[in-house]
Amino acid sequence: MADAKVELIDVHKEFPIRAGEASAVRAVHDLNLDIYDGEFFALLGPSGCGKTTTLRLIAGFEQPTAGKILIDGRPMHGVPAFYRPVNTVFQDYALFPHMTVLQNVMFGLQMDRVPKQEAQRRAVEALELVRLPNAMNRKPREMSGGQQQRVALARAIVKRPKVLLLDEPLGALDLKLRREMQLELKEMQQQVGITFVYVTHDQEEALTMANRIGVMSSGELLQVGRPEEIYESPATRFVADFIGETNFLNGTVNTTDDEYAYVDVNGETELAGMWEDSVKPQQQVTLAVRPERIAIRPYNEAPDDSDRSARAEETNTIAGHVVSVHYMGTDTRYMVRVGGGQAINVRVQNVLGQRTTSFKERDAVILNWGRDSTRILTH
Amino acid sequence: MGNSVITRSAVDSAAIAGVENVRFGMVVRSVGKAGLLATPLTAYFFLWAPILLLVLFSFNDSRAVDMWRGFTLRWYTNIFSGVMGTEARFSTELMMQALSNTLLVGLVSTLIATTLGTMIALSLARSNLPGKRIIDGLMFLPVVIPEITQGVSLAIFFKIVFDFLDSSTGMRAAPGFGTIIIGHVAFNISYVAIVVRARLANMNPRLEEAANDLGANTWQTFRRITLPLIMPGIVAGGLLALTLSMDDLVITFFNAGVGTTTLPMFVYGLIKTAVTPEVNALSTLMLVFSTIVVGVSLMLQNRYTERPYTRQ
Repeated sequence: MADAKVELIDVHKEFPIRAGEASAVRAVHDLNLDIYDGEFFALLGPSGCGKTTTLRLIAGFEQPTAGKILIDGRPMHGVPAFYRPVNTVFQDYALFPHMTVLQNVMFGLQMDRVPKQEAQRRAVEALELVRLPNAMNRKPREMSGGQQQRVALARAIVKRPKVLLLDEPLGALDLKLRREMQLELKEMQQQVGITFVYVTHDQEEALTMANRIGVMSSGELLQVGRPEEIYESPATRFVADFIGETNFLNGTVNTTDDEYAYVDVNGETELAGMWEDSVKPQQQVTLAVRPERIAIRPYNEAPDDSDRSARAEETNTIAGHVVSVHYMGTDTRYMVRVGGGQAINVRVQNVLGQRTTSFKERDAVILNWGRDSTRILTH
Repeated sequence: MGNSVITRSAVDSAAIAGVENVRFGMVVRSVGKAGLLATPLTAYFFLWAPILLLVLFSFNDSRAVDMWRGFTLRWYTNIFSGVMGTEARFSTELMMQALSNTLLVGLVSTLIATTLGTMIALSLARSNLPGKRIIDGLMFLPVVIPEITQGVSLAIFFKIVFDFLDSSTGMRAAPGFGTIIIGHVAFNISYVAIVVRARLANMNPRLEEAANDLGANTWQTFRRITLPLIMPGIVAGGLLALTLSMDDLVITFFNAGVGTTTLPMFVYGLIKTAVTPEVNALSTLMLVFSTIVVGVSLMLQNRYTERPYTRQ
């Protein structure tokens, strides 16, 4: 087990009542989190979920109302931001407008009283690392957003912090540049080996870049895990919904066994799914299944071997009829209304010559998917 | 054939009507344009004509301010040479004394007002004092209170304080440079604070956090980040305070003592008797000086035109 570089223990943060607010704002609630040495950790959640507050608590810009924060094993209570072994890349970069790029990058080293020559050498190195070796004497405002972003990165990384905190650093860039920077950042993180804590509301960004993801909502950390864990086994309905697309089917539990719960979704069809929180018969639950895991075939046809679900007994099967068809280029989306009125979205990849693209509205179809692709969610 | 003729003439008349409409529209528009141009010209005329006349007559070779009798620099040399005209009303020595008084009051009060005003602006922008909004509002008060009210109230205040000092400790104090400077500081703090506050409000608060994050403590952050970024505001506020102080007559008048005549008071004393060409010359010099100060202020601000907070 790797060492915890950042430990958050029962961290709680409330902001005092301000004008126009009825009660104190609870920004972060009972947060427990270990971030390991050298990992790329993404804090993911919608705006206002407390992820930026969590980052600011680690950086020392905010003090927790309760709980403890340890960085590199040292408690950070009462330690001001300027003594903490972390550096931050801000969302709006926060470059010093009255300084050149080189002066910006050297600033942190000068504060540490690094001799000027060495500071300059290290700053130039950092600028080379972010591929901006020729911009040293320019002012930040003369640079594009992407370049400013690189300067901010160089400025934060030049001090070789134990932990680098990044607050939606790519949020202001256009999509193409963002994709490029995602790969570059990931590469750079592996190169320098610094622990990254990366705040984002972009689930795709988190999935591509992070070693582990923590999903937050309303000040609470809902789930922590590797990208595939978060995607494949979302712990709550919120996580399943926030990360990727998910179908939710409401139903009542009939029976359970060691692995699966068998859920009645419309009075006639029983679907099985993997449960994590213990469920009891008669309990109201939600079944979650990703649209791309579902196979679709005409109503009167037996499943063929090319179906994604393996064997019939391990498969959930439900009948319905197509409500809408959307051709999306790489794939086609069908919305299928099943018995009982619930709707299921199905995503089928468009492969040349495959007949699945030929369903029309009002066609009667059979959907099936693996039980292991189905999660039973209780909240 | 007939039809087509009728049609054509109908089209022609319609076209002519259209042209006339267009012409009418153009007339209206040009009248409007002329009006738009005339309004500021009139305003500028009333603003600048007296000043231009003053400058012009400061070079007029006649003691009477009536008509142009040729160019002279006599009045300017009179100011500095101490040579009096036929009627000896102008004393170079007194003027120089008044000028040095003005500079003393101006520089000292500007220095104090700029420091205090900047501190107020910083504390209002950065702290969460209870009643911050009230203090914020009160800051604008000296800007809107009539000068005469400020002058009189300060004079009464000083009298009460001096009487109290006299009766309690036997200390004798009288109005003088101290009271004038305090009066000037009192109204200039607001101007400086307002200008600096505007600058601070435009500053990205993340910049200070970024400095903190990079290891700069509170003082280093202020010294290296905040101060340089609000410096244009401080300089502009200071120059504004300096001009206001050097121009002030009313508040100075009510709080002056013996031997503390400032340049505006001196000029006022001169025109009580008559408008002499020396006054014109002196006023012209004051105008030139103010213009230079304002020019320097603008130049300094342009040099720092760095927009403090741009969000891409």
